Amino acid sequence: MLTKRIIACMDVHNGRVVKGIQFVDIVDAGDPAELAHRHARAGADEIVLLDITATHEGRATILETVKRAAAELFVPFTVGGGVRSAEDARAVFDAGADKVSINSAAIARPELIAEIGSSFGAQAVIVAIDARRAPNSSNPAGRAEVFVSGGRKPTGRRVLDWAVEAEQRGAGEILLTSMDCDGTRAGFDCELTRLVSQAVQIPVIASGGAGSAAHFAEVFFHGQADAALAASIFHFGITDSRALKAEIAAAGVPLRLPC
Amino acid sequence: MIAIIDYQAGNLTSVVKAVRFLGAQSVVVTQSPQDLLQAGKILLPGVGHFRSTELLNTLGLTAAIRQAIAAGIPFLGICVGLQWLYQGSTEATETHGLGHFAGRCERFPATLAGERVKSPHVGWNSLESIRPGSRLLCGVPSGSYVYYTHSWRAPLSPDTAAETVYAEAFTAAVERGNVMGVQFHPEKSADVGLQVLKNFLTL
Repeated sequence: MLTKRIIACMDVHNGRVVKGIQFVDIVDAGDPAELAHRHARAGADEIVLLDITATHEGRATILETVKRAAAELFVPFTVGGGVRSAEDARAVFDAGADKVSINSAAIARPELIAEIGSSFGAQAVIVAIDARRAPNSSNPAGRAEVFVSGGRKPTGRRVLDWAVEAEQRGAGEILLTSMDCDGTRAGFDCELTRLVSQAVQIPVIASGGAGSAAHFAEVFFHGQADAALAASIFHFGITDSRALKAEIAAAGVPLRLPC
Repeated sequence: MIAIIDYQAGNLTSVVKAVRFLGAQSVVVTQSPQDLLQAGKILLPGVGHFRSTELLNTLGLTAAIRQAIAAGIPFLGICVGLQWLYQGSTEATETHGLGHFAGRCERFPATLAGERVKSPHVGWNSLESIRPGSRLLCGVPSGSYVYYTHSWRAPLSPDTAAETVYAEAFTAAVERGNVMGVQFHPEKSADVGLQVLKNFLTL
Protein backbone atom coordinates (compact mmCIF):
# COMPACT_ATOMS: atom_id res chain seq x y z
CA MET A 1 0.00 0.00 0.00
CA LEU A 2 1.26 3.45 -0.89
CA THR A 3 2.02 5.30 2.31
CA LYS A 4 1.75 8.98 3.11
CA ARG A 5 5.10 10.69 3.29
CA ILE A 6 6.51 12.67 6.20
CA ILE A 7 9.04 15.13 4.84
CA ALA A 8 11.61 16.93 6.94
CA CYS A 9 12.42 20.35 5.56
CA MET A 10 15.45 22.47 6.24
CA ASP A 11 15.30 26.14 5.38
CA VAL A 12 18.89 27.15 4.82
CA HIS A 13 20.30 30.64 5.12
CA ASN A 14 24.03 31.32 4.76
CA GLY A 15 24.79 27.61 5.08
CA ARG A 16 22.82 27.15 8.32
CA VAL A 17 19.40 25.67 8.91
CA VAL A 18 17.08 28.38 10.16
CA LYS A 19 13.44 28.64 11.04
CA GLY A 20 11.24 31.68 10.82
CA ILE A 21 7.66 32.34 11.80
CA GLN A 22 5.44 33.36 8.89
CA PHE A 23 8.60 33.90 6.84
CA VAL A 24 10.27 36.33 9.29
CA ASP A 25 12.04 36.25 12.71
CA ILE A 26 14.74 33.76 11.79
CA VAL A 27 16.57 31.59 14.35
CA ASP A 28 19.45 29.12 13.92
CA ALA A 29 18.66 25.38 13.97
CA GLY A 30 21.95 23.75 12.97
CA ASP A 31 24.10 22.31 10.20
CA PRO A 32 22.18 21.13 7.09
CA ALA A 33 24.26 18.01 6.43
CA GLU A 34 24.11 16.88 10.03
CA LEU A 35 20.37 17.51 10.26
CA ALA A 36 19.62 15.78 6.95
CA HIS A 37 21.28 12.61 8.14
CA ARG A 38 19.69 12.83 11.56
CA HIS A 39 16.24 13.17 9.98
CA ALA A 40 16.83 10.26 7.61
CA ARG A 41 18.02 8.03 10.44
CA ALA A 42 15.00 9.03 12.50
CA GLY A 43 12.66 7.85 9.74
CA ALA A 44 11.87 10.92 7.63
CA ASP A 45 10.61 9.64 4.27
CA GLU A 46 12.19 12.45 2.38
CA ILE A 47 14.42 15.46 2.96
CA VAL A 48 13.95 18.92 1.49
CA LEU A 49 16.55 21.66 1.60
CA LEU A 50 15.32 25.12 0.70
CA ASP A 51 17.82 27.91 0.24
CA ILE A 52 15.43 30.57 1.47
CA THR A 53 17.64 33.52 0.71
CA ALA A 54 18.56 32.53 -2.82
CA THR A 55 15.89 34.29 -4.79
CA HIS A 56 15.83 37.76 -3.33
CA GLU A 57 19.57 38.01 -2.83
CA GLY A 58 20.25 36.49 -6.22
CA ARG A 59 22.69 33.96 -4.85
CA ALA A 60 23.44 30.73 -6.56
CA THR A 61 22.23 27.63 -4.79
CA ILE A 62 24.58 26.53 -2.09
CA LEU A 63 25.98 23.57 -3.92
CA GLU A 64 28.61 22.67 -1.37
CA THR A 65 25.99 22.39 1.32
CA VAL A 66 23.90 20.23 -0.97
CA LYS A 67 26.84 18.00 -1.69
CA ARG A 68 27.61 17.51 1.98
CA ALA A 69 23.98 16.88 2.85
CA ALA A 70 23.52 14.43 -0.03
CA ALA A 71 26.53 12.35 0.93
CA GLU A 72 25.35 8.97 2.20
CA LEU A 73 21.73 10.13 2.19
CA PHE A 74 19.70 7.25 0.80
CA VAL A 75 16.24 8.73 0.85
CA PRO A 76 14.83 11.19 -1.70
CA PHE A 77 16.43 14.61 -1.44
CA THR A 78 14.91 17.78 -2.86
CA VAL A 79 16.67 21.10 -3.20
CA GLY A 80 15.03 24.44 -3.83
CA GLY A 81 16.09 28.05 -3.96
CA GLY A 82 17.89 29.90 -6.70
CA VAL A 83 17.14 27.42 -9.50
CA ARG A 84 16.34 29.65 -12.46
CA SER A 85 17.47 27.59 -15.43
CA ALA A 86 18.00 24.01 -16.55
CA GLU A 87 21.73 24.61 -15.98
CA ASP A 88 21.08 25.63 -12.36
CA ALA A 89 19.02 22.48 -11.98
CA ARG A 90 21.78 20.33 -13.47
CA ALA A 91 24.28 21.71 -10.95
CA VAL A 92 21.92 20.83 -8.11
CA PHE A 93 21.38 17.31 -9.45
CA ASP A 94 25.11 16.85 -9.93
CA ALA A 95 25.60 17.87 -6.30
CA GLY A 96 23.33 14.98 -5.30
CA ALA A 97 19.73 16.21 -5.32
CA ASP A 98 17.01 13.93 -6.70
CA LYS A 99 14.46 16.66 -7.30
CA VAL A 100 14.49 20.40 -7.55
CA SER A 101 11.83 22.67 -6.20
CA ILE A 102 11.15 25.80 -8.21
CA ASN A 103 9.01 28.68 -7.08
CA SER A 104 9.54 32.32 -8.12
CA ALA A 105 11.48 31.30 -11.22
CA ALA A 106 8.60 29.13 -12.44
CA ILE A 107 6.15 31.99 -12.05
CA ALA A 108 8.51 34.32 -13.87
CA ARG A 109 9.12 31.85 -16.68
CA PRO A 110 6.76 28.84 -16.63
CA GLU A 111 8.67 27.17 -19.51
CA LEU A 112 11.33 26.33 -16.91
CA ILE A 113 9.16 23.46 -15.64
CA ALA A 114 9.29 21.66 -18.99
CA GLU A 115 12.92 22.58 -19.56
CA ILE A 116 14.03 20.80 -16.41
CA GLY A 117 11.54 17.98 -16.91
CA SER A 118 12.74 17.20 -20.41
CA SER A 119 16.27 16.48 -19.16
CA PHE A 120 15.57 14.98 -15.77
CA GLY A 121 11.98 13.76 -15.95
CA ALA A 122 8.80 15.25 -14.55
CA GLN A 123 9.34 13.37 -11.28
CA ALA A 124 12.38 15.57 -10.63
CA VAL A 125 10.46 18.85 -10.78
CA ILE A 126 8.50 20.09 -7.80
CA VAL A 127 6.66 23.35 -8.21
CA ALA A 128 6.52 25.10 -4.86
CA ILE A 129 3.65 27.47 -4.26
CA ASP A 130 3.61 29.95 -1.41
CA ALA A 131 -0.06 30.65 -0.81
CA ARG A 132 -1.88 33.26 1.17
CA ARG A 133 -5.63 33.17 1.68
CA ALA A 134 -7.70 36.05 0.37
CA PRO A 135 -9.08 37.34 3.70
CA ASN A 136 -11.58 39.74 2.20
CA SER A 137 -13.02 37.24 -0.23
CA SER A 138 -16.15 35.20 0.36
CA ASN A 139 -13.98 32.21 -0.58
CA PRO A 140 -10.63 32.85 1.16
CA ALA A 141 -9.10 29.44 0.36
CA GLY A 142 -10.46 29.15 -3.17
CA ARG A 143 -9.21 32.64 -3.96
CA ALA A 144 -5.84 32.15 -2.23
CA GLU A 145 -3.07 34.03 -3.97
CA VAL A 146 0.42 32.96 -5.04
CA PHE A 147 3.31 34.89 -3.48
CA VAL A 148 6.92 34.78 -4.66
CA SER A 149 10.34 35.90 -3.51
CA GLY A 150 10.13 34.14 -0.19
CA GLY A 151 6.60 35.34 0.39
CA ARG A 152 7.46 38.97 -0.18
CA LYS A 153 5.70 39.65 -3.47
CA PRO A 154 2.07 39.05 -4.36
CA THR A 155 1.53 37.87 -7.94
CA GLY A 156 -2.19 38.37 -8.38
CA ARG A 157 -2.43 34.73 -9.46
CA ARG A 158 -4.85 32.25 -7.96
CA VAL A 159 -3.19 29.27 -6.30
CA LEU A 160 -5.63 26.82 -7.90
CA ASP A 161 -5.02 28.17 -11.41
CA TRP A 162 -1.28 28.10 -11.00
CA ALA A 163 -1.29 24.55 -9.60
CA VAL A 164 -3.26 23.32 -12.61
CA GLU A 165 -0.98 25.17 -15.02
CA ALA A 166 2.12 23.80 -13.30
CA GLU A 167 0.76 20.28 -13.71
CA GLN A 168 -0.01 20.86 -17.37
CA ARG A 169 3.48 22.17 -17.91
CA GLY A 170 4.92 18.97 -16.50
CA ALA A 171 5.45 19.40 -12.76
CA GLY A 172 5.84 16.09 -10.95
CA GLU A 173 4.58 17.30 -7.59
CA ILE A 174 3.18 20.43 -5.96
CA LEU A 175 4.64 21.68 -2.70
CA LEU A 176 1.96 23.88 -1.22
CA THR A 177 2.98 26.15 1.63
CA SER A 178 0.36 28.06 3.51
CA MET A 179 1.90 31.38 4.48
CA ASP A 180 -0.96 31.91 6.90
CA CYS A 181 -0.11 28.75 8.82
CA ASP A 182 3.66 28.61 8.34
CA GLY A 183 5.58 28.54 11.59
CA THR A 184 2.49 28.76 13.75
CA ARG A 185 2.45 25.05 14.69
CA ALA A 186 -1.33 25.47 14.76
CA GLY A 187 -2.11 22.98 11.99
CA PHE A 188 -2.01 22.82 8.18
CA ASP A 189 -4.43 24.66 5.92
CA CYS A 190 -6.49 21.55 5.19
CA GLU A 191 -9.13 23.36 3.18
CA LEU A 192 -6.65 24.90 0.77
CA THR A 193 -4.69 21.65 0.52
CA ARG A 194 -7.83 19.71 -0.35
CA LEU A 195 -8.80 22.20 -3.06
CA VAL A 196 -5.39 21.91 -4.68
CA SER A 197 -5.26 18.13 -4.29
CA GLN A 198 -8.62 17.79 -6.03
CA ALA A 199 -7.61 20.17 -8.81
CA VAL A 200 -4.54 18.19 -9.92
CA GLN A 201 -3.60 14.57 -10.60
CA ILE A 202 -0.04 14.88 -9.29
CA PRO A 203 0.91 14.45 -5.64
CA VAL A 204 0.47 17.42 -3.33
CA ILE A 205 2.81 18.04 -0.42
CA ALA A 206 1.22 20.11 2.33
CA SER A 207 3.45 22.52 4.19
CA GLY A 208 3.10 25.11 6.88
CA GLY A 209 1.65 24.80 10.34
CA ALA A 210 2.66 21.32 11.54
CA GLY A 211 2.62 21.23 15.33
CA SER A 212 1.39 17.79 16.32
CA ALA A 213 0.65 14.30 15.04
CA ALA A 214 -3.02 15.22 14.92
CA HIS A 215 -2.25 17.98 12.43
CA PHE A 216 -0.64 15.48 10.07
CA ALA A 217 -3.56 13.09 10.35
CA GLU A 218 -5.94 15.98 9.58
CA VAL A 219 -4.08 17.08 6.48
CA PHE A 220 -3.94 13.51 5.16
CA PHE A 221 -7.60 12.74 5.86
CA HIS A 222 -9.28 16.13 5.37
CA GLY A 223 -6.68 17.87 3.24
CA GLN A 224 -6.17 14.84 0.95
CA ALA A 225 -2.46 15.54 0.99
CA ASP A 226 -0.11 12.87 -0.37
CA ALA A 227 2.75 14.06 1.80
CA ALA A 228 3.25 16.57 4.56
CA LEU A 229 6.30 18.63 5.24
CA ALA A 230 7.48 20.13 8.45
CA ALA A 231 10.56 21.85 9.76
CA SER A 232 10.56 23.31 13.24
CA ILE A 233 8.66 20.41 14.75
CA PHE A 234 11.77 18.32 14.07
CA HIS A 235 14.65 20.75 14.51
CA PHE A 236 14.06 21.81 18.05
CA GLY A 237 13.73 18.36 19.52
CA ILE A 238 9.97 18.55 19.98
CA THR A 239 9.83 15.10 18.50
CA ASP A 240 11.69 12.97 16.00
CA SER A 241 10.19 11.48 12.86
CA ARG A 242 10.05 8.00 14.35
CA ALA A 243 7.97 9.00 17.37
CA LEU A 244 5.88 11.35 15.27
CA LYS A 245 5.19 8.70 12.64
CA ALA A 246 4.18 6.15 15.25
CA GLU A 247 1.67 8.63 16.60
CA ILE A 248 0.30 9.52 13.17
CA ALA A 249 0.05 5.84 12.23
CA ALA A 250 -1.90 5.23 15.41
CA ALA A 251 -4.45 7.69 14.03
CA GLY A 252 -4.96 5.37 11.06
CA VAL A 253 -2.66 6.92 8.45
CA PRO A 254 -0.68 4.42 6.33
CA LEU A 255 3.01 5.21 6.90
CA ARG A 256 6.36 3.57 6.31
CA LEU A 257 6.88 1.76 9.61
CA PRO A 258 9.13 0.53 11.08
CA CYS A 259 11.78 2.72 9.67
CA MET B 1 34.36 -3.57 -12.24
CA ILE B 2 30.82 -2.23 -11.99
CA ALA B 3 29.69 -0.50 -15.16
CA ILE B 4 26.94 2.07 -14.72
CA ILE B 5 25.45 3.03 -18.07
CA ASP B 6 25.07 6.74 -18.76
CA TYR B 7 22.43 7.33 -21.40
CA GLN B 8 21.64 10.83 -20.19
CA ALA B 9 18.38 9.86 -18.55
CA GLY B 10 18.25 11.71 -15.29
CA ASN B 11 21.22 11.91 -13.00
CA LEU B 12 23.40 9.04 -11.99
CA THR B 13 24.89 10.63 -8.89
CA SER B 14 22.64 8.82 -6.43
CA VAL B 15 23.24 5.39 -7.93
CA VAL B 16 26.99 5.91 -8.09
CA LYS B 17 27.02 7.14 -4.49
CA ALA B 18 25.08 4.14 -3.24
CA VAL B 19 27.27 1.65 -5.10
CA ARG B 20 30.42 3.26 -3.74
CA PHE B 21 28.94 3.42 -0.25
CA LEU B 22 28.46 -0.34 -0.43
CA GLY B 23 32.16 -0.75 -0.99
CA ALA B 24 32.43 -1.26 -4.74
CA GLN B 25 36.08 -0.53 -5.48
CA SER B 26 35.90 -0.02 -9.19
CA VAL B 27 32.93 1.86 -10.60
CA VAL B 28 32.86 3.24 -14.11
CA VAL B 29 30.12 5.47 -15.50
CA THR B 30 30.21 4.71 -19.16
CA GLN B 31 28.79 4.97 -22.66
CA SER B 32 31.29 2.49 -24.08
CA PRO B 33 30.26 -0.98 -25.36
CA GLN B 34 33.78 -2.25 -24.54
CA ASP B 35 33.37 -1.32 -20.87
CA LEU B 36 30.18 -3.37 -20.68
CA LEU B 37 31.86 -6.45 -22.07
CA GLN B 38 34.66 -6.16 -19.52
CA ALA B 39 32.37 -5.41 -16.58
CA GLY B 40 31.70 -7.76 -13.71
CA LYS B 41 28.25 -6.23 -13.25
CA ILE B 42 26.16 -3.86 -15.33
CA LEU B 43 23.72 -1.33 -13.93
CA LEU B 44 21.21 0.53 -16.08
CA PRO B 45 19.66 3.31 -14.00
CA GLY B 46 17.29 5.87 -15.41
CA VAL B 47 14.37 8.04 -14.64
CA GLY B 48 12.40 9.99 -17.14
CA HIS B 49 11.03 9.20 -20.57
CA PHE B 50 11.14 5.76 -22.16
CA ARG B 51 12.25 7.41 -25.41
CA SER B 52 15.59 8.29 -23.83
CA THR B 53 16.55 4.59 -24.03
CA GLU B 54 16.96 5.06 -27.79
CA LEU B 55 20.41 6.42 -27.04
CA LEU B 56 21.39 2.87 -26.06
CA ASN B 57 20.98 1.88 -29.71
CA THR B 58 22.69 4.98 -31.00
CA LEU B 59 25.71 4.31 -28.81
CA GLY B 60 25.85 0.65 -29.80
CA LEU B 61 25.13 -0.38 -26.23
CA THR B 62 22.10 -2.57 -26.92
CA ALA B 63 24.16 -5.14 -28.79
CA ALA B 64 26.84 -5.05 -26.10
CA ILE B 65 24.20 -5.58 -23.41
CA ARG B 66 22.79 -8.60 -25.27
CA GLN B 67 26.28 -10.01 -25.53
CA ALA B 68 27.06 -9.33 -21.86
CA ILE B 69 23.79 -10.92 -20.76
CA ALA B 70 24.47 -13.97 -22.90
CA ALA B 71 27.90 -14.20 -21.28
CA GLY B 72 26.22 -14.37 -17.87
CA ILE B 73 27.19 -10.94 -16.58
CA PRO B 74 24.69 -9.86 -13.90
CA PHE B 75 22.55 -7.00 -15.19
CA LEU B 76 20.27 -4.73 -13.15
CA GLY B 77 17.87 -2.17 -14.61
CA ILE B 78 16.38 0.48 -12.36
CA CYS B 79 13.05 2.25 -13.05
CA VAL B 80 13.11 3.02 -16.79
CA GLY B 81 16.04 0.59 -16.83
CA LEU B 82 13.62 -2.16 -15.77
CA GLN B 83 11.00 -1.05 -18.28
CA TRP B 84 13.53 -1.21 -21.10
CA LEU B 85 14.04 -4.93 -20.40
CA TYR B 86 10.48 -5.49 -21.66
CA GLN B 87 9.30 -5.30 -25.27
CA GLY B 88 8.32 -1.67 -25.08
CA SER B 89 6.20 0.96 -23.41
CA THR B 90 3.11 2.89 -24.39
CA GLU B 91 5.06 5.98 -23.31
CA ALA B 92 7.00 5.81 -26.59
CA THR B 93 5.47 3.20 -28.87
CA GLU B 94 8.08 3.66 -31.60
CA THR B 95 10.92 2.90 -29.16
CA HIS B 96 11.77 -0.77 -28.77
CA GLY B 97 12.81 -2.27 -25.48
CA LEU B 98 15.30 -5.11 -25.19
CA GLY B 99 12.47 -7.65 -25.13
CA HIS B 100 14.24 -9.86 -22.64
CA PHE B 101 11.01 -10.09 -20.68
CA ALA B 102 7.64 -10.55 -22.31
CA GLY B 103 5.08 -7.79 -22.15
CA ARG B 104 4.76 -4.09 -22.54
CA CYS B 105 4.79 -1.29 -19.98
CA GLU B 106 1.61 0.71 -19.63
CA ARG B 107 0.53 3.84 -17.80
CA PHE B 108 -1.43 3.60 -14.58
CA PRO B 109 -5.16 3.92 -15.25
CA ALA B 110 -6.63 7.37 -14.53
CA THR B 111 -9.37 5.77 -12.48
CA LEU B 112 -10.04 2.41 -10.93
CA ALA B 113 -13.53 1.35 -9.87
CA GLY B 114 -14.60 4.98 -10.05
CA GLU B 115 -11.77 6.12 -7.78
CA ARG B 116 -9.24 8.60 -9.09
CA VAL B 117 -5.70 7.24 -9.39
CA LYS B 118 -3.05 9.91 -9.03
CA SER B 119 -0.13 9.67 -11.38
CA PRO B 120 2.84 9.58 -11.07
CA HIS B 121 2.91 6.98 -8.31
CA VAL B 122 5.24 8.73 -5.91
CA GLY B 123 6.32 7.56 -2.50
CA TRP B 124 7.04 4.55 -0.35
CA ASN B 125 5.07 1.45 -1.18
CA SER B 126 5.44 -2.13 -0.03
CA LEU B 127 6.99 -5.13 -1.74
CA GLU B 128 4.58 -8.05 -1.75
CA SER B 129 4.71 -11.70 -2.79
CA ILE B 130 8.49 -11.78 -2.90
CA ARG B 131 9.47 -14.90 -4.81
CA PRO B 132 11.31 -17.36 -2.59
CA GLY B 133 14.76 -17.93 -3.98
CA SER B 134 15.05 -14.47 -5.56
CA ARG B 135 18.74 -13.65 -5.38
CA LEU B 136 18.11 -9.94 -5.78
CA LEU B 137 15.64 -9.74 -2.91
CA CYS B 138 17.42 -12.16 -0.59
CA GLY B 139 16.89 -11.08 3.02
CA VAL B 140 14.18 -8.55 2.14
CA PRO B 141 10.93 -9.41 3.92
CA SER B 142 7.59 -9.03 2.13
CA GLY B 143 5.97 -5.81 3.26
CA SER B 144 9.25 -3.88 3.15
CA TYR B 145 8.88 -0.33 1.89
CA VAL B 146 10.72 1.05 -1.11
CA TYR B 147 10.58 4.40 -2.89
CA TYR B 148 8.82 4.81 -6.23
CA THR B 149 8.36 7.61 -8.70
CA HIS B 150 6.88 6.59 -12.05
CA SER B 151 3.76 6.65 -14.22
CA TRP B 152 4.35 3.54 -16.34
CA ARG B 153 4.81 0.05 -14.98
CA ALA B 154 5.53 -3.47 -16.14
CA PRO B 155 2.90 -6.22 -16.11
CA LEU B 156 3.04 -9.26 -13.89
CA SER B 157 4.56 -12.36 -15.43
CA PRO B 158 6.24 -15.59 -14.29
CA ASP B 159 9.51 -13.60 -14.14
CA THR B 160 8.07 -11.21 -11.55
CA ALA B 161 10.13 -11.46 -8.36
CA ALA B 162 8.02 -9.08 -6.28
CA GLU B 163 4.82 -7.13 -6.72
CA THR B 164 3.61 -3.78 -5.54
CA VAL B 165 0.00 -2.67 -5.55
CA TYR B 166 -0.95 0.77 -6.81
CA ALA B 167 -4.37 0.74 -8.43
CA GLU B 168 -3.47 -2.83 -9.41
CA ALA B 169 -0.51 -5.12 -8.82
CA PHE B 170 2.51 -4.49 -11.04
CA THR B 171 6.04 -5.84 -11.28
CA ALA B 172 8.16 -4.27 -8.55
CA ALA B 173 11.10 -6.53 -9.33
CA VAL B 174 11.81 -8.91 -12.17
CA GLU B 175 14.46 -11.59 -12.22
CA ARG B 176 15.42 -14.45 -14.48
CA GLY B 177 18.91 -15.82 -14.24
CA ASN B 178 21.42 -13.00 -14.41
CA VAL B 179 18.95 -10.39 -15.66
CA MET B 180 17.13 -8.31 -13.07
CA GLY B 181 15.19 -5.11 -12.76
CA VAL B 182 13.51 -3.03 -10.10
CA GLN B 183 10.84 -0.43 -10.70
CA PHE B 184 11.59 1.27 -7.39
CA HIS B 185 14.72 3.26 -6.62
CA PRO B 186 16.99 1.13 -4.41
CA GLU B 187 19.44 4.03 -4.14
CA LYS B 188 16.67 6.04 -2.47
CA SER B 189 15.00 3.29 -0.46
CA ALA B 190 17.07 3.53 2.73
CA ASP B 191 18.27 0.24 4.26
CA VAL B 192 15.96 -1.97 2.20
CA GLY B 193 17.25 -0.46 -1.03
CA LEU B 194 20.86 -0.79 0.05
CA GLN B 195 20.21 -4.46 0.81
CA VAL B 196 18.92 -5.00 -2.74
CA LEU B 197 21.93 -3.27 -4.26
CA LYS B 198 24.25 -5.21 -1.99
CA ASN B 199 22.63 -8.46 -3.09
CA PHE B 200 23.27 -7.49 -6.70
CA LEU B 201 26.85 -6.39 -6.08
CA THR B 202 27.69 -9.64 -4.31
CA LEU B 203 26.24 -11.96 -6.97
